[in-house]
Amino acid sequence: MTERPGTAWARFSAGLREFYAAPYRRAFARAQRDEDDLFMMIVLAESLGVPNPVSYYTVELLPVMYDRFHDWHTRMGMEHSPLDYLSCC
Amino acid sequence: MKIGAPVSSPLLALIGIAMMVLGYLFYSKFLVKHIFKLDSSIPTPAHTRKDGIDYVPTNMYVLWGHHFTSVAGAAPIVGPAVAVIWGWLPAFLWVTLGTVFFAGMHDMGALWASVRNKGHSIGTLSGRYIGNRGRNLFLVVIFLLLLMVNAAFAVVISKLLVGTPTAVIPTWGAILVALVVGQAIYRWKLPLVWVSIIGVVALYALIILGDQFPVVLPETVMGLSAASFWVLVLFVYAGVASVLPVWMLLQPRDYINGLQLFVGLGILYISVLIASPTIVAPAINTAVPDGTPSMLPLLFVTIACGAISGFHGVVASGTSAKQLNKESDARFVGYFGAVGEGLLALGAIIAATAGFKTLADWENVYSAFNQGGVGAFVEGGGAILNAGLGLPVSLSATILATMAVLFAATTMDTGIRLQRFVVQEAAEIMGIKVGKFVATIVVLIVGMGLAFGAGADGSGGMVIWPLFGTTNQLLAGLTLAIIAVILLQKRRNVVPVLIPLVFVLLMSVYAAVVQLGAFYATQNWLLLALDIIILIAALWVIVESVIAMNKARTAPPTSDEDDRVTELEDEPAAR
Repeated sequence: MTERPGTAWARFSAGLREFYAAPYRRAFARAQRDEDDLFMMIVLAESLGVPNPVSYYTVELLPVMYDRFHDWHTRMGMEHSPLDYLSCC
Repeated sequence: MKIGAPVSSPLLALIGIAMMVLGYLFYSKFLVKHIFKLDSSIPTPAHTRKDGIDYVPTNMYVLWGHHFTSVAGAAPIVGPAVAVIWGWLPAFLWVTLGTVFFAGMHDMGALWASVRNKGHSIGTLSGRYIGNRGRNLFLVVIFLLLLMVNAAFAVVISKLLVGTPTAVIPTWGAILVALVVGQAIYRWKLPLVWVSIIGVVALYALIILGDQFPVVLPETVMGLSAASFWVLVLFVYAGVASVLPVWMLLQPRDYINGLQLFVGLGILYISVLIASPTIVAPAINTAVPDGTPSMLPLLFVTIACGAISGFHGVVASGTSAKQLNKESDARFVGYFGAVGEGLLALGAIIAATAGFKTLADWENVYSAFNQGGVGAFVEGGGAILNAGLGLPVSLSATILATMAVLFAATTMDTGIRLQRFVVQEAAEIMGIKVGKFVATIVVLIVGMGLAFGAGADGSGGMVIWPLFGTTNQLLAGLTLAIIAVILLQKRRNVVPVLIPLVFVLLMSVYAAVVQLGAFYATQNWLLLALDIIILIAALWVIVESVIAMNKARTAPPTSDEDDRVTELEDEPAAR
């Protein structure tokens, strides 16, 4: 069923979705963060001394990782980036 | 009205509803205007700290829906159904007056306190307003509460499954429904409205199926009594459920139960109005069975949820406060959320006292303190549904038993999940890294130990229930103490908080002492030890509250403008 925005039905439907999703939003965000961290570890594997067979591809992703890397090292209690060449802050 | 004269149940329902509605219209308005002074010009954390995850401004009605379904569950059914053994009047008065003057104020106050403190939880607030010891105290109380909730609810469910074997198929079938709902939403991306309708219809189809095919276990299964066997299965199920990804089972299960709460409450009240059964139980039971403890103080801990419950403060401050769109919404979400639960408790009182033909029938069910209870709710409520909606007696009882089981089971699997985090955190503090499976197993062993120690094999009935209520009240006391400290700092009238605070703490201590004697007499050393810990925690809450309030009285006053400043300091731009 297509919903026209602004109608009572659409509002009801949105409210119901919120009722479904809201209580578990935090659990999802946390699970996603864990997966992102794992992904970042794979991308940065080489610089951590772990051989990475696909580094040719993952190196392209480094710029995308900057922000996430910054969040990660602050979360891990390191004020500045622990990697010399990845100085995000 | 002569005490003991028969009373018509719709009249009692209407009086109760009127009291709670009047409380909402007048008393909550008084609290908003003169005590909490809700001010919608102060931006709420949902706006100042908006992150799309925890902090999301949410429509008032939707938020009320979350809040209400999170706080209302099996407890406001079980407590009142046990407590009517002292007669319907004490339970009725405690539920209605408790909702109006205690729970409504407590829930709204917890929301307000949290909203004025960046949406932080009661745990953090106890650190801020009571001190470091306050924070530890909170952890102790919440740990005890989680511990008991799992054991108490396992006992409740196993009793229901043994007492109402027709509820077995829908109880376990509901897990299948939830699993399919989870898949339908996340994998097949079906529209939620239709999934919800189909989910609820499927649940009721299972109830009809279960009613046709009752599952009666033999007296002993694998050397265990039927009740013990169910407890074992329940803990294994809850353990598995708690480690599955939440989208698969817990989330759709919570959701379907939320819908079921509205359906169940609706059919119960409609049936009461149509059938208009007479309350056969005495207003005040002067002939309580031997071994029934004294009403004072046990009534006030037997009914916790439905009159005042500390667990609400955890929900209010943990999630609801982070989603409050504007401060004035706290009145509807917090106070009216408590009214919703009060209505469920009132429904349970009526079902457990009016659903019987004669006083003798009722006395037969309430033959001892640990008898009756939720079984009486199912039996009595079933009779009312039968008379009101014309459903067969057995089907009606199956509906209510399934409803109570599902509420309790959802609380249990969430409880085990939360306690796993507590165990992992505690282990980390001790320097041990514990994985989620090991932590879950620890939680299951402790929970089962307590459940069996509390008579899950059917021997002891519900001895743990009042202890659970005592801990719940203790948490409420801690929350009220925090609210009182904030009000004292603001130099506001603190009497509407102080009276309930003193009352619940006194009753908690009194009840803990009375139960000490009872556990000693029955030589239940496990519960005796637990009771001693709870008693110490209760005294600790009192001491800390008095110290904190005394300090707040003499500290320089703070104003609402200070709350505004803290909020602005926290603008996301500053991060």
